[in-house]
Amino acid sequence: MLSDQNQKPIVLEVEGLRVYYETPAGDVLAVNGIDFQLYQGETLGLVGESGCGKSTAAMGVLQLVVPPGRIVSGQVLLDGQNLLDLSARELRKLRWAKLSLIPQGAMNSLNPTMKINRQIQDVIDAHLGATSKQEIRDRILELLQMVGLPERVYHMYPHQLSGGMKQRVCIAMAIALSPQVIIADESTSALDVVVQRVVAQTLLRVKEALGVSMIMIGHDMGLMAQMVDRIAVMYAGKIVEIAFVKEIFDHPAHPYSQLLIESVPSLKEHKPLKVTEGITHDPRHPPPGCIFQLRCPLVMDQCRQQEPVAQEVRPGQWVACHVYQSSEAGQ
Amino acid sequence: MVGLSTKSLVRRLFIYLLTIWISATIIFCIPRLAPGDPIAAMISRMSQQAGYVENSDKIIEGWRKRFGLDDTPLTQYIRYLRNLLRFDMGYSMAFFPTTVSSMVKRALPWTLGLLLVSIIVTFFLGNFLGALLAWQRTPKGVKMIIPVTMIFTSIPSFLAAIFLLYVFAFRLHLFPLRGAYGRGLQPELSWEFISSVIYHGILPVSSIVLVSFGYWALGMRGMMITVEGEDYMHLAQAKGLNPFYTLYRYMVRNAILPQVTALAISLGTMVGGQILVEYIFSYPGMGTLIFTAIRNQDFNVIQGTSFILIVTTATAVLVIDLIYPFIDPRISYVNSSVEEG
Amino acid sequence: MSEIDASLSPSLEPVPSTPKMGRLNRWDTPWLNWKFLSGMSIIGLIVLIGVFGRLFWNMDLVYVASSPLNLPPVGFENRRGQQGTWEHPLGTENRGCDMLALMVIGAPNSLYVGAVAASLGISIGVILGFMAGFIGNWVDDLIRLISDTTMTIPSLLVLIIIQALIPQVSLTLMAFLLALFAWPSPTRLIRAQVLSMRESGYVQMARLSGASVFRLMFGEIMPNLLPYLAASFIGSAAGSILAAVGLEGLGLGPQRVPTLGRTIYLALESSALLRNMWWWWGLPTLVLAIIFIGLLLINLGLDEIANPRLRRASG
Repeated sequence: MLSDQNQKPIVLEVEGLRVYYETPAGDVLAVNGIDFQLYQGETLGLVGESGCGKSTAAMGVLQLVVPPGRIVSGQVLLDGQNLLDLSARELRKLRWAKLSLIPQGAMNSLNPTMKINRQIQDVIDAHLGATSKQEIRDRILELLQMVGLPERVYHMYPHQLSGGMKQRVCIAMAIALSPQVIIADESTSALDVVVQRVVAQTLLRVKEALGVSMIMIGHDMGLMAQMVDRIAVMYAGKIVEIAFVKEIFDHPAHPYSQLLIESVPSLKEHKPLKVTEGITHDPRHPPPGCIFQLRCPLVMDQCRQQEPVAQEVRPGQWVACHVYQSSEAGQ
Repeated sequence: MVGLSTKSLVRRLFIYLLTIWISATIIFCIPRLAPGDPIAAMISRMSQQAGYVENSDKIIEGWRKRFGLDDTPLTQYIRYLRNLLRFDMGYSMAFFPTTVSSMVKRALPWTLGLLLVSIIVTFFLGNFLGALLAWQRTPKGVKMIIPVTMIFTSIPSFLAAIFLLYVFAFRLHLFPLRGAYGRGLQPELSWEFISSVIYHGILPVSSIVLVSFGYWALGMRGMMITVEGEDYMHLAQAKGLNPFYTLYRYMVRNAILPQVTALAISLGTMVGGQILVEYIFSYPGMGTLIFTAIRNQDFNVIQGTSFILIVTTATAVLVIDLIYPFIDPRISYVNSSVEEG
Repeated sequence: MSEIDASLSPSLEPVPSTPKMGRLNRWDTPWLNWKFLSGMSIIGLIVLIGVFGRLFWNMDLVYVASSPLNLPPVGFENRRGQQGTWEHPLGTENRGCDMLALMVIGAPNSLYVGAVAASLGISIGVILGFMAGFIGNWVDDLIRLISDTTMTIPSLLVLIIIQALIPQVSLTLMAFLLALFAWPSPTRLIRAQVLSMRESGYVQMARLSGASVFRLMFGEIMPNLLPYLAASFIGSAAGSILAAVGLEGLGLGPQRVPTLGRTIYLALESSALLRNMWWWWGLPTLVLAIIFIGLLLINLGLDEIANPRLRRASG
C-alpha cells in the first residue's frame, strides 16, 4: 500500500498473516489474513474488542506463537527480511535488538528472583557481547532515567515496585537496544487511571526521544487516539479499516469503526450509552463473505456472498466494506 | 541499616525452641505415666530380658542422684531440663557406667555424615532429573524414567536397603556387608581411611537416594511446567536470550523455591528412614544405637538418642528456613517496603 | 451467546458462538481413569484375600511349628538341599510358619493399620482444619503452631519411645498412635482450602442467606473438598503403613499378631540374609511394594480425576 502522504520508508510489513489455534473441535481462526505496514517513526494502533485477535497478531509478528497456536501462512517483513524464513538462531539474534515487546501485565513479566539491573543487563549481554561493566551500568541508569524511575530502582527486586513502576521498567527494557520496532501489547490496561496516564506519557516521551516505530495494541479508543498516529481496527481476525486518527474519528468509514467511536463516552456530548454485542459467530467457521455481516446495521446481500477488498476511500484511509464498493477508489 | 529482629524471625526461633521443649517434655512424661518407680520398672524389665542386671544398685543410685526421684515431679522435671541443657542424659543401663552422651557423641557424626550426603545427592540428582524431564528436547527414552522412578518411591527406604544389601553385598560381593569403614582401620585423615568410608557408604546412601529422588524429580518437573507458563518466561523468550541461560536463570531458579520448602518438611521423614537404613547396614550411627538399645531395653539410651535426633532435625529445618530469604528475595525477615510511584 | 436479531438477517440460521467440546463417547467419564482403577484393583485384591483367604488356605499353618522349617518356595532349593513343595508354595520360615499364611494375614493387617490411622488422622484434620480456617485469630495460630511442630519431629523416634515402654500393643492401638502423627498434613490441607473457599462467591451467598456454620461446612465447602480429602487419606494411609513397617522392623509393634514388618524383623534377626533365605524377607517386601504401588496409583488417578488439566498432559 502506498500513500502519497507518507514518503517514509516501511520498517515492518505484514502480508496475509494467518494464525490458527488447534482445538479438539476444529481450528479457531484467530488471525485470518491481515495486511498492514508500519512506517518509520510512526505509531500504529491496533484496536478491537476482546477476542478479535489483536494480541495473537502481535505474537504472530514477534514469532512468539505458542502451541496450540501456529502460524499458517503469511509474511512478516522486518526491514525487508521475512521473519518466517529465518532459522531459530538467526531469529534469536534479531530479537529485541530490532524488534522488542512491552508486554501486557508487567506484574508477572519480570523474573521475581532477579534484580532489575540484571534483567535489563540480560539483553545487553546477550546481544551486544563484550561491553565494559561501567558502560553497561551507565546505560542502564540512563534508561531508568529516561522512563522517569529513580536511581535506587537499579538494585531492587520486582516485588518491591508498584505496578506502574514495573511497567516502566518493561519500557526501559524494551528500548535498551534501541530497536527499530517496539510492540506495546495493552501496556496500560492493567493499571488504574492515574498510573495509566503516567505510563502513557512515559511511552510518548520515549517514542519522541528515540524516534522508534511502534505498534500499540489496545481496546480503549479514547486512549489510543491520544497516543497513535494511525489506527487499524480489527474484528474477528481481520482488519476492517486503517486510517489516520483524525480521519477515523471525524469520519469513521467502516460500520464497526462507527460503532466503536460511538461507544466512547463523551464529556461534552450528551448521548445515550450504546452497548454493542460481542463477536457472535463461531470462530471456527466464519460466515462466507464479509466478516461483520452478523452485526452490521448496513448489511446487504452482497456482504453475505463476497468478501470486501480494502479500498482507499480517502487519502490514507482504507476500508474493507461493500458500502464503498460503488464509490470511486483512491481519490 | 538492617534490623534483624522482626516478627517472623522471632516467631521462627520461638517455634524452634518450642519444638525442642515439647519433645523433651514428652520424653520426660512418657516413662512416668506408668505408676511406680520408673527406674525400678526399667530394671525389672531388663532383668526379664537378660536375667540379671549388673550394677543394678549402682544404676539406681546414680539415677537417684542425677534425677532426684524423691523430689516432687516438678523438681524432677526442672532438674531434668537443666541436665538436658548440659546434654547430660544419664547413664546407659546396659553399659553402665558409660554415659548416654558419650555414646551419642560417637555415633552422631556418622549419622550426620550419611544424612548430609544423602540429602545433597537426592536433592540435586532428583531436581536435576526433574528439570531435564520438563525440557522439551529431552529424548523420549529418558522420559520413560518417570514411571520407573515412581515405582521406586513406593518402596520404603529400609526395604530397599535390605534388597541392595542382599543383591550387591551378599550375592555379588561388590560392596561390604556392614560397618562404616574396614576392620582394622583407625579413624584418621588418611586416604586409606577416607576411601574405605566412601566405599562403605555407597550402599546406605544409595538405598535412600533410590527411593527418594523420584519424588523430587516429579515435583521439580511439575514446578518447571508451571514456571514455563509464567509471563516472565514469555518475555524471556521475546528477549532472545540464550536458551540454556533462560533454562537455568529463569526456569530452574524459580522452580526450585518450593522444592526447598518441601525439603524442610520432608526432613523428619528422611531422618526416620535413615535410622532404619543404618540398622540394616550396621552402620555405627544413631540407628544402630537405637536398635541395640531397644534390644537391651536400655531406656536411657533410647530417650537420649531420640532427643538428640529431634534436636538435629529441628536445627536443620531452622537452618533451611533461615537460608530461604537468600534464595527467594520476596521472603525476608527484615522489614522491606514497597515503593510507590 | 445471544440470539441473532431477526431484523438483521432473517435468512441465516442462528449459529452457536462458542465451540462445543463434545464428549467423544459415553465411556469418556473421568472415573474410568486407568491409574485409579488399577490401584483400586490392587488394594481391593488384598482386601479380598484378607476376607476370603481363610477359605482357600489352611490358616492354622500360620502358627509356630505347624510346618517344616526353612523350606524355600516351590521350584527353589534351600541351602540344605531341600526343595519347595506345593504344600507350602511360598516356603516357610525358621519357626515353622507357612509364608503364604503369613502373607494372607499380614497384608490385610497392614492395610487395616493404614486405614484406621488415616481415618483418625483425617477426622482430626477436618475438625482442626475447619476451626483454624473458619475461626482464625489465635485459634488458627495455635493450631498452626502445634501442627508445624508435630510435622518437624521425626515421628518414628517418638513412636519408638512410646512403644518401647508398652511392649504389648494391639494392631489397633498402634494405628491410634500412628494417627498422632498423621493429622498435621490433612489439617494443613483442609485449612488452606477452607481459607480460600471462605471468601469465594458461593460461600458468601450461603452466609448471606443465613445458613448456619454447620450447613456451610457440610453443604458448601465439604463437597468441594472431597477430592483433596481422598488424596490426603491415601497419602496418610501410605505414610502410616510406612511408619508401622518401620516400627515392626525394629521389633516393636504387635508381637502376637503376624504382620509383614514383624516377619521381616524376625528374618533379619535370624540372619536370613546370610542364610540365603531370601523368601523370608523378600516376600513381605514384595507384598509391601505392591501395596505402596497400589496406593500410589490410586493417588495419581485421584489427582487426574480432580484436576482435568493433568488428564490431558498424561494422555
